[in-house]
Amino acid sequence: MTSTSPFAATAHEGTKLAVQQVARFGFLAITLLLLIPAIGILAVLVIEGAPGFSLEFFLDKPRDNGAAGGIATALVGTVWLTACALALALPLGVAAAIYLSEYARDNWLTRTINVAIVNLAGVPSIVHALFGVGAFVHFLHFGKSILAASCTLAVMTLPVVIVATRESMQAVPKAFREACWNMGATRWQTIWRIVLPNSGSGILTGLILVVCRAVGETAPIMFTGAVFLRQQFPSGIFDKTMALSLHLFTVSTQVTNVPRHVPFAVALTLILVVLSMNALAIWFRMRLRGRKKW
Amino acid sequence: MVNPPNSNANPNAATSATASASPLPSAPLLSVRGLAIRYGAKVALQGVDIDIRPNEIFGIIGPANAGKTSFLRAINRMDEFVPSMRVDGNITFAGRDVRTIRNLYALRSHIGVVFPLPVGLPLSIFDNVALSPRLRGRRQKADLEEIVERCLRRAALWDEVKDRLQTLGSLLSGGQQQRLTIARALSQDPELLLLDEFSIAVDPVTTMRIEEVLKELRQELTIVLVTNLVQQARRLAARTAFFLGGRCIEIAATEDLFSGGAKDQRTIDYLEGRFG
Repeated sequence: MTSTSPFAATAHEGTKLAVQQVARFGFLAITLLLLIPAIGILAVLVIEGAPGFSLEFFLDKPRDNGAAGGIATALVGTVWLTACALALALPLGVAAAIYLSEYARDNWLTRTINVAIVNLAGVPSIVHALFGVGAFVHFLHFGKSILAASCTLAVMTLPVVIVATRESMQAVPKAFREACWNMGATRWQTIWRIVLPNSGSGILTGLILVVCRAVGETAPIMFTGAVFLRQQFPSGIFDKTMALSLHLFTVSTQVTNVPRHVPFAVALTLILVVLSMNALAIWFRMRLRGRKKW
Repeated sequence: MVNPPNSNANPNAATSATASASPLPSAPLLSVRGLAIRYGAKVALQGVDIDIRPNEIFGIIGPANAGKTSFLRAINRMDEFVPSMRVDGNITFAGRDVRTIRNLYALRSHIGVVFPLPVGLPLSIFDNVALSPRLRGRRQKADLEEIVERCLRRAALWDEVKDRLQTLGSLLSGGQQQRLTIARALSQDPELLLLDEFSIAVDPVTTMRIEEVLKELRQELTIVLVTNLVQQARRLAARTAFFLGGRCIEIAATEDLFSGGAKDQRTIDYLEGRFG
């Protein structure tokens, strides 16, 4: 070797560094590419939809099959559906997650349940819709109603609630449980005092996912409770209702002579509802995580 | 604390007599016969007979995988939470066979446990120590405050944390957390304290402070001290058992063991640091 410095790069090290740089910037470029659709969607919706935004758009009921008037009943209907789906999916999902994480032993039953959960998460939403029609609308005689639609949404979102909650419960160190058990705590006392208070972020993640799907899904509700046009606000869980997602489908494809900006305005509303719910939950989750616990 | 009956002998009487030959000064608090512990097909411990007397510090030494921790887990009936763990033989605690005790939660609340790595629960310092009384249904704030202060004082932690009882216990330093765990164990008002290599993550100064605490606690309760520090057993324990490879090789008065009275060559080798 002619080099005097012991730290001079050899040929192999030169290649190594070059590859490292290529990898770094290559992956950065790919990551940035992903931003394009996200920003693009939002930009198109804002540019095209903003002209449709007005106070009346949100407060008026739709007229003329949605070609005129506002989206008040659809907006309120979506809130109903989301709230009811949450009220069903969250307690059930958290309860199942508690069982699977804290009580279930590793046996064939648990493994079967886990497989079922994974498969349930993979079932297409239109299949959930048909299940909802059969199970809730007809078999349980809920009729086409908010209740039936919310049940369908809840069944569809249960897997994500269960998985998110279970994961965050599993992230609570086992040593905490053992310390508690050694003091004479029952499993439930341990769950209530130690595990659940430290699984808040997982439960919130489940909540976000439920809200996003309940707001956005169209297929599961269009056969079970959502209608194209309804002038009245729902007065109870056995009413039919309009929903934003189905309304977007209607004004984009089913109705002629709709002003160009209306579908975009509806879509923008849909996105804003989801984004604001997300922002709220993320802020809340950051507050939970901000206090480092261990 | 009243003295146990017929203890006109001084507390260190055990040190002067050999373990097997001496008549017991009083009925053993914990009596183990033919204990065998398996995890699935793997045998962790077998053929263990030990009597632990009230108000003694009983040391257990031995290298890794000797079965020391499994021994502690069996006493506390933690096999309930480990599906593969099987315990055979008899463990009698305070006159009751622990396998016939239905209410394991009561059994465990009589036995305090301190783990190798300090486990400060993600609760405030106050709530850490008040947890065990609360688990048993005590709610009076004044009661809890009294318990928390008493236990933190006895664990030699009170002066360091008295002004920040509401901060998280899990964020204390390792040595403080270990004293917090001891305070938490004391809040159970236990008859038996199981210490599993408590000094592994604790600096030497804190270790000495905790050892002083343990010496005082001997007046009130019984301590089983599992340790990987041979000298720690010598400093604290009246009698010491040597575990190796899942068997209890030898039980003797600690002083006898260290003054060349060990009978088994493996014990002698271990004490002299030739292995382990």
